[in-house]
Amino acid sequence: MTRIAIDPVTRIEGHLRIEVEHDSDVVQDAWSTGTMFRGIEQILAGRDPRQAWVFAQRACGVCTHVHALASVRAVENALGIAIPPNARIIRNLMSGVQFVHDHVIHFYHLHALDWVDIVAALSADPAATASLCQATNPGWANSSTAYFTEVRTRLQAFVDSGQLGPFAAGYWGHPAYQLPAEANLLLVAHYLEALEWQREIIKIHAILGGKNPHPQTYTVGGMALTLAPDAPSGVNTTALGTIGTLLTSIQNFVSTVLVGDVKLLARYYQIPWTTLGAGPGNLLSYGEFPEADGASPAPFLPAGRVTGRDLGSLGPVDQAAIAETVARSWYTYSSGDSGARHPSAGETTPTYTGPQPPYDNITTTKYSWLKAPRYDGAVYEVGPLARLGVAYAVGVAPVRQAVDAFLSDLGLGQAALFSTIGRLAARALETQLLADRLPTWLAALRTNITGGDLRIADTTRWSPDTWPATASGWGPTEAPRGGLGHWIAIAGGSIANYQMVVPSTWNGSPRDAAGALGPWEQALVGTPLVDPTRPVEVLRTVHSFDPCMACAVHVHRPGS
Amino acid sequence: MTTSDPVTPAPAPPARPREPIAVAAARHGIDRRTLLRWSAGMAGVLALPAIPFADRIAYALDTEPRLPVLWLNGQDCNGDIEGLLRASQPTPSQLILDYLSLDYAELLMAASGDTAQGRLAATMDSYAGQYVVVVEGSIATAANGVHCCIGGRSFADIVREVSAGALAVIAVGSCAADGGLPLAAGGVTGAVSVSTALSGLGTTIINLPGCPMNIENLTATLVQYITLGTWPETDNAGKPTFAYGSRVHQRCPRLPFFRAGQYVRTWGDAGHQAGWCLRYVGCQGPRTYANCQTALFNGGTSFPVNAGAPCLGCASSTFWSGLDDSFSWTPPATSLSQATADTLTASL
Repeated sequence: MTRIAIDPVTRIEGHLRIEVEHDSDVVQDAWSTGTMFRGIEQILAGRDPRQAWVFAQRACGVCTHVHALASVRAVENALGIAIPPNARIIRNLMSGVQFVHDHVIHFYHLHALDWVDIVAALSADPAATASLCQATNPGWANSSTAYFTEVRTRLQAFVDSGQLGPFAAGYWGHPAYQLPAEANLLLVAHYLEALEWQREIIKIHAILGGKNPHPQTYTVGGMALTLAPDAPSGVNTTALGTIGTLLTSIQNFVSTVLVGDVKLLARYYQIPWTTLGAGPGNLLSYGEFPEADGASPAPFLPAGRVTGRDLGSLGPVDQAAIAETVARSWYTYSSGDSGARHPSAGETTPTYTGPQPPYDNITTTKYSWLKAPRYDGAVYEVGPLARLGVAYAVGVAPVRQAVDAFLSDLGLGQAALFSTIGRLAARALETQLLADRLPTWLAALRTNITGGDLRIADTTRWSPDTWPATASGWGPTEAPRGGLGHWIAIAGGSIANYQMVVPSTWNGSPRDAAGALGPWEQALVGTPLVDPTRPVEVLRTVHSFDPCMACAVHVHRPGS
Repeated sequence: MTTSDPVTPAPAPPARPREPIAVAAARHGIDRRTLLRWSAGMAGVLALPAIPFADRIAYALDTEPRLPVLWLNGQDCNGDIEGLLRASQPTPSQLILDYLSLDYAELLMAASGDTAQGRLAATMDSYAGQYVVVVEGSIATAANGVHCCIGGRSFADIVREVSAGALAVIAVGSCAADGGLPLAAGGVTGAVSVSTALSGLGTTIINLPGCPMNIENLTATLVQYITLGTWPETDNAGKPTFAYGSRVHQRCPRLPFFRAGQYVRTWGDAGHQAGWCLRYVGCQGPRTYANCQTALFNGGTSFPVNAGAPCLGCASSTFWSGLDDSFSWTPPATSLSQATADTLTASL
């Protein structure tokens, strides 16, 4: 048995270390380590709950909207505040755009280089690449021989410069790269196109949030956003038009380029990657994108659980069943490390027992700054696959159509979804579903404004004088990477307890008190390594979860 | 390339044979008009006269070798390197492929693990004294740095080692520039700013606070170095004066309403819809030194005050300790006289 460490795992948000043991060039065991801790929990303690979102948002600069959303929702839940329809719609628009933006960046800029060989792209025939593009991305303008000649020339000049920048020292030429040269060139071209496209479409966040990263228009009770047809700035008629134009750009790129490219990649890699990287096979989603108002409106993507890789199974989500363990994490519980604690009663006492840096391996019992969240004691995966799996189980028609069509195109069955490629497919299909849904939300906003409803926030309970002496609540949402929940307890107008359980804590968790491996630890076991000194296969499966580590490290204040 | 005193006047333009701008621009896939327009824009951000600097910027960006940049992430959220991906002038792909050599950036680099670590060492070796280090995030110093380790080493060690041979270190975002969120009251990791972590090292440090920093300010800083061989003039906190020399309030589009005593009282009221002043609902523009209102974000799209949300003072070293003022609204001054407003302006 040989143990190797990959640290840093790059092309993720944050700091992640993966160690695997392999024998006969197959991964036998795996350890996921979050190597960074900030301690935001102690910092939030005693502060004004209305400003918690500013702190919580900084958990992550990539999924820069969702923590602010979960935070204001948690406070609104605790204080019994109902937000106006316009605020709900604008939050949906911001979440939807966040998903699309994040998913596209993930595929092209964080994940593609595990599958696409940049150097091999240099030997592509531009004319054949143009034909491939026309078949893969029908209707996309940049599909001529001249265009791919230009891209190849630009790439060649870049390589010839000897300064390879972010493309240096990849595992180029590794036998696990299976794409023909033309597919490599096509995807490199779209890597560059996506880089330019994403900065344009995220302008929707700048309009609705003032800036991105870290939009700034959140408020407990709604949105701190100017909304009026003739307002001098903010969301006025002109801004609505701009958003509409950008949403069209989103639909065009996603349906033509992204989905086509993911299908192309899946076709070449479905053997063996639809049978590897399965993970725990239990899926959990809190649900997101409420399309009506009221206490519990049905969201576009529903809440629920799927277990045992069975899309025929469907269970409810009861947040009371969530608990975290620290048996293998660098924390201690006052009640003993072998127990589990619900987030509302959680504790975060950092107690580092790992090796002192510099170190080569982490072989201590406790080995991560991530805790291990579990549902009813079981390991669950969250993220696009979980959301689509749950929506499929619920019977959401557009989800069923999209998933069935994709599987049928590739001649695959439902079992293929529970795999490394299955995760890529689910993410691309979700991007498409949201790209198609976003315009309906914008239309609803226009209808409200045209009808004279300009309400943007309910501030009747803004003053702490209107609050009960103590209150507690939770704010669930779905981040691009999966289910995200913030729990808050308020006492005397201040934060008594604040805790987040975030997607990559679920997916990247270490072992729990019972010894069960976290989702991506499980997903790695059984992975063949063609060349263990260049473990690109490990990166493929870990990246398929879209790790986001900074927010994954636990954030909470012990109750007093 | 050599390190320059930040306050040294610009040297003579480089004596290289000049290539027609149109040819250079075409090689980057952009037309001449576009290149000149954004070069002029960049000169504007830097407060340099468009003639001759726009031409000089356009020319200099086409020279080789590209400036090696090592982007280090410590106790961070990746908000600043995500900001890099929102650059408009130059665009992200131009920055990454044409103008910089982004030799280390964990968010984007193909290499992982040992080979990624090797990229750091290779650049430090091949370009000693010629590479720029960009640091995002604070540096954890408590308990031997165990709260932030990369490749089995503490980030505190890494950042000092890599910075020692750097041409300059640019601290991007409030966490790197001021210690930021991890340093806020209650933090337990011994988080410090780049300036503190590198004290005694003697390397030029430029601070670009903001949460995140405005990418236009980073590109302008780098472009000035590439073009003129100097770093922008800075104040005594190491912040470039072109970006942090005046307060958000001073050129705020809502300033006339402040002067007239017309304040937004709550979200969605008539004043909010009409673009009135956000001071009562917590705006920190009067005390925050930054150019958000002129540089704007996301390719000139907006900044929070334009959207209707108050400035939270994220570029200020008191960002995380000063938020109470943004959330505990003071009772409205129902009809401020001009004199009262002016007095208030002066006091802020």
